[in-house]
Amino acid sequence: MTAFTILGEGSAVEVDASTDGGPVRLSVEGVEQALGWELTEEGFCLGPVCYPLPPDTDLVTDAGIDLTRLAALIDRPIALDETEGAAYLGVSARERSQELELLYAPEFTLPDLDGNLHSLSDHRGKKVLLVAYASW
Amino acid sequence: MTVAIERDAEDVREYIEVASPAHPSLIDTDRVLADRYNMVNVPTVVWIDEQGRIVRPNDVAFTTEAGGNYANVSTDDQMQLLRDWVRGDLDAKSPSEVRALQSLPSADDQLARAHFGLGNWLWREGRAEAAARHFTRGGELAPHDFMIRRGTMRMVGQDPFGEPFREMVSAWRDAGNDYYHPLAVEKRRSGPFGNAG
Repeated sequence: MTAFTILGEGSAVEVDASTDGGPVRLSVEGVEQALGWELTEEGFCLGPVCYPLPPDTDLVTDAGIDLTRLAALIDRPIALDETEGAAYLGVSARERSQELELLYAPEFTLPDLDGNLHSLSDHRGKKVLLVAYASW
Repeated sequence: MTVAIERDAEDVREYIEVASPAHPSLIDTDRVLADRYNMVNVPTVVWIDEQGRIVRPNDVAFTTEAGGNYANVSTDDQMQLLRDWVRGDLDAKSPSEVRALQSLPSADDQLARAHFGLGNWLWREGRAEAAARHFTRGGELAPHDFMIRRGTMRMVGQDPFGEPFREMVSAWRDAGNDYYHPLAVEKRRSGPFGNAG
């Protein structure tokens, strides 16, 4: 077992992983701790959402849960670097597209120079011109 | 609201302190906006109405005429349109018109952003070479994503205004692509902003 860091937007959780030769595998507890998904009789569940285990794959074996296959099952893009001991799980194109197509401006909370947090929703009731820029 | 897409706040501290804006001036070091709004370059502007709805999606807009010329947009026309909207002199686009102007992310776009996220973490951990590998992979997956391709240049020791950038843009344009993707500015007050259809 080796330490492995599971990353998401604004989160980094270190769990144990086995990586000897085959795919990176986490324990059931590690998956729940890092991603919130629980392995139940109905498959992998997060809140009311459950994905049944696909038949005839070794997503789940005695050695643990294949992180890459799990990401595919729960529809999360994954960038995995076994050498560096870390993987980033992003948000799927489907989820982002559905949100954008609703035309409600996606909420965000970001700091100013002094570290004070501001959210888009603070400005509900006013027109907002959102400008993304950079020094590069 | 302005949001600077940077490595850290120090990249823009001086600019913001000199400008001392009255509006919220925020720093995004994790490409949060890029991920939520499918932004692939800067500058990108979005109009959001009083109900929090997108009424004009991702567009290119500069504050200077020189910048506008570079992106082939008229800064004056854009400012007039913006004033008209703020004053309530423009009718809203219909939701279907707004959706028709939206660009939605592909699976590869989101995978590219995951590689950026991993690279960004590795970079902060001081593992620069590994970070560079993932920035490169992100750029391969989404070659139109200059938030990744140009926005990580300083993190890998390249000048985002120097030769590597010029070569990147030349190759991109020679292959028949545009570096900026502005929405057309409506010249008339009615028309696309009216109740057509």
